[in-house]
Amino acid sequence: MIELEGDIQPVGELFQSPDVNAAREFFRHKSRAMVDKRMGVREAVERFIHDGDYIATGGFGSVRFSTAVLHEIVRTRKHNLGFSGHSTTHDFQILAAGRVIDRCDIAYVVGLEIRGLSPNGRRFMESGAVRTTEWSNAGLGWRYKAAAMGVPFLPARVMLGSDTLRYSAGRLIEDPFTGQKLLAVPALYPDIGIIHVHQADIYGNAQIDGTSIVDLDLAKASKRLIVTTERMVETEEFRRDPRKTSIPYWQVDAVCHVPFGSYPGNMPFEYFSDERHLAEWVEVEQDEARFAAFLDKFIYGVDNFETYLALAAGEQRLAELRSLEILKRS
Amino acid sequence: MVTVDARYSLVELMICAAARQLEDNKTAVIGTGAPLAAAMLAQKTTAPNLVILFEAGAMAPILERLPISVSGSETQTRALVHGSMDEVMETCQRGLVDYTFLGGAQIDMYGNLNSTMIGGDYRHPKVRLPGSGGANDLASLCWKTMATMQHDARRFVPKVDFITSPGYLTGPGAREAAGLPPDTGPYKVISTLGVMGFDPLSKRMQVESLHPGVTREDIAAATGFEMLFAAHLEITPEPTDEQLEILRTQVDPQGMILGKPERRKVG
Repeated sequence: MIELEGDIQPVGELFQSPDVNAAREFFRHKSRAMVDKRMGVREAVERFIHDGDYIATGGFGSVRFSTAVLHEIVRTRKHNLGFSGHSTTHDFQILAAGRVIDRCDIAYVVGLEIRGLSPNGRRFMESGAVRTTEWSNAGLGWRYKAAAMGVPFLPARVMLGSDTLRYSAGRLIEDPFTGQKLLAVPALYPDIGIIHVHQADIYGNAQIDGTSIVDLDLAKASKRLIVTTERMVETEEFRRDPRKTSIPYWQVDAVCHVPFGSYPGNMPFEYFSDERHLAEWVEVEQDEARFAAFLDKFIYGVDNFETYLALAAGEQRLAELRSLEILKRS
Repeated sequence: MVTVDARYSLVELMICAAARQLEDNKTAVIGTGAPLAAAMLAQKTTAPNLVILFEAGAMAPILERLPISVSGSETQTRALVHGSMDEVMETCQRGLVDYTFLGGAQIDMYGNLNSTMIGGDYRHPKVRLPGSGGANDLASLCWKTMATMQHDARRFVPKVDFITSPGYLTGPGAREAAGLPPDTGPYKVISTLGVMGFDPLSKRMQVESLHPGVTREDIAAATGFEMLFAAHLEITPEPTDEQLEILRTQVDPQGMILGKPERRKVG
């Protein structure tokens, strides 16, 4: 580690251990059995997500994320969760609504891209209730990659010289070959990864269409992985064309069949985002009492995601969202 | 308040100025908002072979509809690659990406950008903003970084509250000393008042062109630090009728960035 005068010494907290041997020991005992892993979202959350766990969501904000699992986490009032805020928008908004997290690695939270900032997300993060450590999207994504590779860190050329580095838990290192100053980002092994996919078989083989963001590395880095899927397919689909296997079954712990599972987000090739409903979230968040009633109506007061879908959208709106989708299958 | 020719709005002028910076046969990672409209306009006019990259993984799309999110389906139309974020960021780190286009809540004279927090201190911010997203990565790794900004003294500040994404940091040599790739850094800032570049020796922001009707005094008054002015100040070219037509009918017919038609009149 180089400690040149004037260099930034990062002060951020490291929430998950980058210990690769401990991770190997965990993966050593992870079942490889090719068994039927189908279950409901309620069962998956009950079995695999516990208070205090560190969770990570796939997709990118309002695109291909698993609304059903996030609602269930909020509905069952989980608490003290750690969270990897990697390019999160509506997914973070849901977790902030339930105030279920108390520590957060931040690359992007609170923001909703062109839709503005989440008023409730801001209140939550400004309240001091959440311990935070800063990263960049690539820095946090490469933390998954280091874990996926089974190495304790990866060198990178981002965050250098910035306050993002100062409030991160990265370390400055010197390249042993050239002397170049680099950032080491520590491997991140989430306790639970949550990823929504286009299709999966009963064992967990899963296919993602369109951009994969950082989900392939996240799927490898996660100790446990919940997959929700638009469609169930036969294993033969993957055997016939292995290019379709984005995630192999041995990485997966639960397979939940949730059509429209990314609603109100966008699912490439399937349906577009429901901008009306997303705008309503931002609008009601401005008033805490109205927001509480909104959450009662759509999350706490319903039994499951299907009821939410019917309440928030309904069949006609869902059909509209399918027709609004711009990517078509050839 | 500056008014511009009622033929176009200030936002349209900025988008056209931004589009002019994007050269054909170059690569650019584009962030959300006005830069997206600029990239789409450039692709439909002067830069049909501009390789647009999105941090979520879409590479070389031909944009058909203005994206709401930098990861959405609209970023992936007719793309050559539906890849991943690490692939795009690694392409930047390898040195293959010419431009990036960012935004921020604050900028200083060295082009350092803040999108993390305002006021108070890091642990107790007055306003919590999203954080880096991909901005720090792109500002670190792409050859030339551009930004679009509303121009006022709250945003053009002597010292940003948090350096989310590195500009020239504390001045000449600071990026290299921090370990950032050589010869990278801020290139242009397109604001609501003018187009700024950076003085090659001092690395300080300097005005290169004033938007029509804007004076040096307007810019000095709307800037919280001492702004430099290039020896030969130009006037930002006005949008052509063709650019406006394409912007309004093909790039953003819904007015997501341009605003609703009835609000377009005055800048």
